[in-house]
Amino acid sequence: MIGGGARSRDPREKRPWTFYALATLMGVFLLFLYGPMFVIYLLSFQGPNGGVTFPMVGVSTVWFEDILKPGQMANIPVAFGRSILLAAIVSTITVLVSVAAGLGFRRRFRGSGILFYLAVASLVMPSLLVGFGIGLGFQLFGWKADLFSSALAAQLTWTLPFGLFAMFAVFNRFNRAYEEAATDLGANAWQRLRWVTLPILLPGILGVAMGAFTLSYDEYARTTLVAGNRNTLPLEIYALISSSTSPTLFAIGTLTTTVSFLVIGATLAFVFRLQRRRALARHG
Amino acid sequence: MDSNGFRPEHRFDVELVAVTKRYGGTVAVDGVSLRIPRATYCCLLGPSGCGKTSTLRMIAGHEVISEGDVLIHDVNVTDLPPVQRGTAMMFQSYALFPHLNCLDNVAFSLKARGVPKPERHRRARDYLARVHLQDYAERLPGQLSGGQQQRVALARALITEPRILLLDEPLSALDPFLRGQVREELKRLQRELGITFIHVTHSQDEAMALADLMVIMEAGRIRQAGPPREIFERPADAFVARFIGGHNILRDGAGTIAVRADRCRLGIPEAGPHIRGRVAAVEYQGSSVRVALAVDGGPPLSVVMPDDRFFAGPVQPGEEAALTWSTRDAHALPDPA
Repeated sequence: MIGGGARSRDPREKRPWTFYALATLMGVFLLFLYGPMFVIYLLSFQGPNGGVTFPMVGVSTVWFEDILKPGQMANIPVAFGRSILLAAIVSTITVLVSVAAGLGFRRRFRGSGILFYLAVASLVMPSLLVGFGIGLGFQLFGWKADLFSSALAAQLTWTLPFGLFAMFAVFNRFNRAYEEAATDLGANAWQRLRWVTLPILLPGILGVAMGAFTLSYDEYARTTLVAGNRNTLPLEIYALISSSTSPTLFAIGTLTTTVSFLVIGATLAFVFRLQRRRALARHG
Repeated sequence: MDSNGFRPEHRFDVELVAVTKRYGGTVAVDGVSLRIPRATYCCLLGPSGCGKTSTLRMIAGHEVISEGDVLIHDVNVTDLPPVQRGTAMMFQSYALFPHLNCLDNVAFSLKARGVPKPERHRRARDYLARVHLQDYAERLPGQLSGGQQQRVALARALITEPRILLLDEPLSALDPFLRGQVREELKRLQRELGITFIHVTHSQDEAMALADLMVIMEAGRIRQAGPPREIFERPADAFVARFIGGHNILRDGAGTIAVRADRCRLGIPEAGPHIRGRVAAVEYQGSSVRVALAVDGGPPLSVVMPDDRFFAGPVQPGEEAALTWSTRDAHALPDPA
């Protein structure tokens, strides 16, 4: 895992001017990336008499309390719960399908190329149209659009190809000698999968689970037309943006981002611990 | 017959009968036949791509055999999975499971067979002790040195009590000093266990030092098989002579001959056979000195002589010299077709 070719720079080694030019560009890019978010986090602590723009009129947590108060924001905690549940389901299905597909795609088989392109094509379909199409389909068959049927399907069109791609990368680095060794030692196919292949791939699989979870958690375009009458958190927030303007929106943003970071951070910490324990580097 | 159907009285530990491996249109192993007597240290030697690893993997059952048969202890195992062949393989990069500690790596085959945990751990500890790693049971493979990993891999293979141990370039990942040491250990282990080892290598030194039976392969075929001394003294053809090294390929009146470099001399051509050239390089090797000779219109030749003889009459690069040999040291080779 630790790049064998990486070496640290000798302090006397001169850096070319391009280094500074590109470093500046990178700095500007990072500012562009994180600046707006940082502004939102800051403004969510706006004083009670402040508005949605600077200046800050004091500092308070009033807007956070506002979320939990009954009233306009009543749906936020419920929508949050729904989003988490949906994301968990999407993530589970994505992992199951993409691990199985990844295993299958390690061998070339008749039609594997076509199947691969078909799976990947849905990544480039316009997202709103995918949702629209699914909604249309449901209407055609007389089914009721719902979060856990039509919206789930719409999100899977997005997370499954992503999971498949990610699993390809994971399997690419997987040394098949491990599996041969397991077979050589008398493990049957199921034992080999359970005791060798899956544990070794676990960090990658967790990465796919995490990716699918976050993709679902903030998915809007595909979900909006097929969610039925129960909103996910992004849909709820979008509805609020068009109807009200108060720093409460910012507070919601801050809170949901915190949740995202907590989930990602916990997973990363777990993966890092796994990898350090294994110290996969062959040269000990 | 014993319970596994293997006859206790068998003639050969391993027998290959016209074994062929094809990958699509290319032939990796081309009708190889070989008989390995009981309790033999057999080395498969050859340049990369010669088919030695494919042959090993077919014996192990990790590669489907396109044509021909593999017999182990006189039983045809061609269509059996690895576990039913009684072979154990040590992989080139050892393939130790990175998520399991040494103890669980060694105990893996017992776990697959459903041996209860206390029993399999007890036996795994025994095998770790055999390779002097009893204190490393709880370590993960990533926390061990290359040499230690190699020993864990060995213990993991041996705990299956194999009839045949297959080793795929087992020493190539080790530094030269360790390589010599492990080489000795492997040979000792093979003698103690009294089973056949089949060891794939591209190093002539390794094969010479270890093998009872040395098999030289090229382009999917066996060029020569026999004890190392026989091969060194009577190489079957120019390829073998060149590949094992230490030989000059020359021509005399009758045809192509091989003469060992340590039997050649530098000197004044008298009546005997000789060839003139120019000293291209002088390599001091401690107890001996190798003099490389460039010859017009021929491949470079070399003379290896004891250091005292060289320094009694040293030569310098660029000097004219003649290589002489005695006809009784000439080994006739078949003329290349």
